[in-house]
Amino acid sequence: MEPLKFNLLKDLKTAGKGSQNGSGPRIISLSAASCGQASGALEVASAFESAIKELGLEDKVEFKLTGCHGFCQLEPDIIIFPEKYFYPRVKVEDAKRILLESGLNGRFIPELGFKDEGTPNGVSRLEELPFYQNQLRWLIDQQLDLDPLSLEDYLKHGGFQALEAVLSELTPPEVIGEIVASGLRGRGGAGFSTGLKWKLAREVVAQPKYLVCNGDEGDPGAYMDRGILESNPYSVLEGMLIGGYAVGATRGFIYVRQEYPLAIERLDKTISSLYQAGLLGEKILGSDFSFELELVRGAGAFVSGEETALIASIEGRRANPRQRPPFPVVSGLWGKPTVINNVETWANIPLIVKNGAAWFSKTGTDKSKGTKIFSLVGQVKYSGLIEVPLGISLNEIIYKIGGGARSGKKIKAVQIGGPSGGCLPAELFNLRVDYESLPAAGAIMGSGGLIALDEDTCLVNLALYFLKFACDESCGQCVPCRIGTQQMVSILEKITKGQGELADLDLLEKIGSTMQQASLCGLGRTAPNPVLTALRYFHHEFEEHIVEKKCRALVCSDLISYVIDEDKCSGCLLCLNSCPYGAIEIASSGLPQIKLSSCEACGLCSSVCPEEFQAVKKISGKDRQQVQLRPDGMS
Amino acid sequence: MKNYKDGGPLALKVAESLQKSIPPHRKNLIFFLHEVQKELGYFPAEVVLQAAHYFSVSPAEIFGILTFYSAFRLNQSCIHHIKVCQGTACHVRGSEAIMKEFSRLLGLKPGEVDSQKGVCLEAVNCLGCCAIGPVVVVDGKYYAQVNLKEVEKIIASFSARENSHGTAEI
Repeated sequence: MEPLKFNLLKDLKTAGKGSQNGSGPRIISLSAASCGQASGALEVASAFESAIKELGLEDKVEFKLTGCHGFCQLEPDIIIFPEKYFYPRVKVEDAKRILLESGLNGRFIPELGFKDEGTPNGVSRLEELPFYQNQLRWLIDQQLDLDPLSLEDYLKHGGFQALEAVLSELTPPEVIGEIVASGLRGRGGAGFSTGLKWKLAREVVAQPKYLVCNGDEGDPGAYMDRGILESNPYSVLEGMLIGGYAVGATRGFIYVRQEYPLAIERLDKTISSLYQAGLLGEKILGSDFSFELELVRGAGAFVSGEETALIASIEGRRANPRQRPPFPVVSGLWGKPTVINNVETWANIPLIVKNGAAWFSKTGTDKSKGTKIFSLVGQVKYSGLIEVPLGISLNEIIYKIGGGARSGKKIKAVQIGGPSGGCLPAELFNLRVDYESLPAAGAIMGSGGLIALDEDTCLVNLALYFLKFACDESCGQCVPCRIGTQQMVSILEKITKGQGELADLDLLEKIGSTMQQASLCGLGRTAPNPVLTALRYFHHEFEEHIVEKKCRALVCSDLISYVIDEDKCSGCLLCLNSCPYGAIEIASSGLPQIKLSSCEACGLCSSVCPEEFQAVKKISGKDRQQVQLRPDGMS
Repeated sequence: MKNYKDGGPLALKVAESLQKSIPPHRKNLIFFLHEVQKELGYFPAEVVLQAAHYFSVSPAEIFGILTFYSAFRLNQSCIHHIKVCQGTACHVRGSEAIMKEFSRLLGLKPGEVDSQKGVCLEAVNCLGCCAIGPVVVVDGKYYAQVNLKEVEKIIASFSARENSHGTAEI
C-alpha cells in the first residue's frame, strides 16, 4: 500500500471525514501488545488470518491486531465490533468458530465467553464485565479497535484533527491557555501543571527549545506508558506536535526504556510514517511550524526517569541527576529550555484540544482533573490496565474493578507509586486517589502502579524489596542516598532474618528522614517512603519479626519452616522425590516428614504437593519453635 | 551470533563498520554502544579504546557508561539469556523463589554466566507484563505465570531449543 502523504492542512480534515460510520464489516480485534504476544496472540492471529484466507472472507470481516485492551490477565482476548462481544484467552483452535459465528454472523458463543463465580451465567459484552464497569476510559477506549501502526486508522478515529485545529485556528498562547484551563497535571507522578510548564518554557527567551517525552517507565509493577506506546503511539506523537507548536520548540525526543522492545519498534515505525506523510519535518503541511522528532532508546537505569538524569542520558552521558534549579524549562537539553512530559500526559493533549478544557475539567476533583491510567496488579482477582476518573476511592478500584482478593484471601494493603510510593492499609481504602490525598497519607500518586497485597505478602519483606531496588539503582553521587539505602537494606535484612532489635525501627526512621531531606534527587528523597509507610501502618509486623521471630505472611524464609500435615498427606511421596536437599524422610507412620535441619525452605515440596491434598504447610513463630525443640527435629 | 570471544581484529572491524553510519557526536554515543552490544554481545577492551578515540572521549568515560547502564556487558556474550522478572507484581507472586530455583538448577547466581554452556541468568527490573506474572523470558520467549514446578521444564526446553516450536518472540 502507498504510504499516506499530505500537502496541506485541509487534507488532514478531509482524511478524517466520512469514516467511522459503523456500516462496514464486523471488526475482530485481537489484543497484541507485549502481554498479549507473551500469551500467544501471534499464533491466534495467524490462525485467524489463514482461516479468513481459506474461506475467502477478506471483504466480509475485518481482522485487526491492536494494542492493549486493558484486561491483561485474560490475554489474548478478542473484541468483536460493533457488538463488543468479549472473548478471553482465545485459543488457536477456537479461531475459526469465532470467525464464522461471531465475526460473520454476529452471534455470541456463550461457552467461549467470560464467566466466573461472580458472573455464573457468563457475560457476552465488554461493558458487562465487572472489570470494565466503573471505569472512565478516554484513552484506553480509543485503543480497542485501533491498529497502532496504521496512520490511516488513526485518522479514521479522529486522529490529527486536534493538530489541524491548532495549526489553522489557534495561536500558541491560546493553546497554552487551553491546557492551563483544563487543569491537566503531569501524569508521571509529580503532578505539576502541564500548561504552566509550557508557559514557563515559552517565556524563556533562549533558542532552540526542546520537548521530551519521558517513556522511561521504570517503576516495577507499572506499565501504563508501555500500554499507550504500544497501542496508540500516534496519540503521543500528536500531543508532542501540539506541544512543540505551543512552546515554540523545534525538536523533540521520545525516550523509551530498553525493556520495552515492542514499544520502541512501534514508535520507530510510526515516526517514520509521519515523516513520509509530511506531518514531521520542515514547514509542516504548508504552515510555518517545523518540528523534528527522534526516538532515544534507554539503556537500563531506573534513575534515567528523573528529569535531569533523563537529559544527561539523551545527551549521551551517564544518567546522573543534578541539582534543581535551574529547572529543565529554563536549562535542559544542552542548556536550552526543555519541556519534559510523561507519555500519558502527551496522550491527553489531543483529547483536551479536541473536546475543550471545560469538558476535560468536568471530570475529577477540585485540583486533580481528568482520568488516570493505573496498572492494577498483584493479588486482586482481575488485573490489568484501568482508567478511572481522578478522585475515585481506592475501595472502588480494588473491590469493584479489581473484584477484591483472589479466592479465600483478604486484601490487606495496596502499594501505590512504586519505589517512591507507599503501602496503604485496608482501613484507608476510602481515600480518594488524587494528587493531594495520597501524599497526605504518606504515599504518592506516582505514575500509576497499584499493587494489591493480600495476607500472603510480608510488609517487611516488601519494604526490603523496594530498598534493595533503590540501592541497586542509586547513582551513587550523593551520600544520603548511596549510604542510606545500603544501611536500610542491611537493617531490614537483619529483621527478616529474625536478628533485628526494636531500636532498629527508630534507626530506620532516622535514616529515612535524613534521606528525604538531604538527597540530591527524587530517587533518594522518595526511596525511604515504602519503609516509612510500612512502619507507620504495619508496625506490628516489624515487631513480630523482631520479638516473636514470626513472619505472619509466611514469606521470610529464615523465619518459616515447612511441615507436612499427616492428616492431609496421602503418602504419594512426590515431595520426597522432588526435594533437592534430601530433607524429606519417611517417618514411622509411613508418611513423609521434613527434617528441619536439612531444609532450605525452597518450597518445592509445597509446589509439587497435589492441590487436592495441600499437605505441606508453612509455620512461623511459636509453632515453629515448638517443632524445632523436638528432639528428632522432624516436623 | 558469531563468536567474538577473544575480541580481536574481527570485533574491531564490526565496530568500525558501525561507525560508518553513526556520526561521532556525543549524542550518538549510547546509540552506538547499543549497536555494538547487539552485534558483538559484549565489549572487548579494543572496542572500548576504539570507541573512545572515535567519539573523542576518554576510555574511562566509555567504561563509566558501560558499567552504569545495565544494557551493556563487559564479559563474553551468552547464547541463552534467562531473564527472571523482579518487578513488584512478580515479587508478590513469588518471583524470588523462582529465581532461587533457577539458581539452584543452573548453579549460577543472578548476574553470573556459565561460559561452558553459554547460559546467563539475569534478574531484571519490571518487564511490564505485571498482570501475567511471575514472568520469565528465555531468549526472547516469554513465560507467563511461572510456578516453581515449571522451572525445570523451562530449562529443559531451551536446552533442546532447536526442536521447540517457541511462541511469542518479542
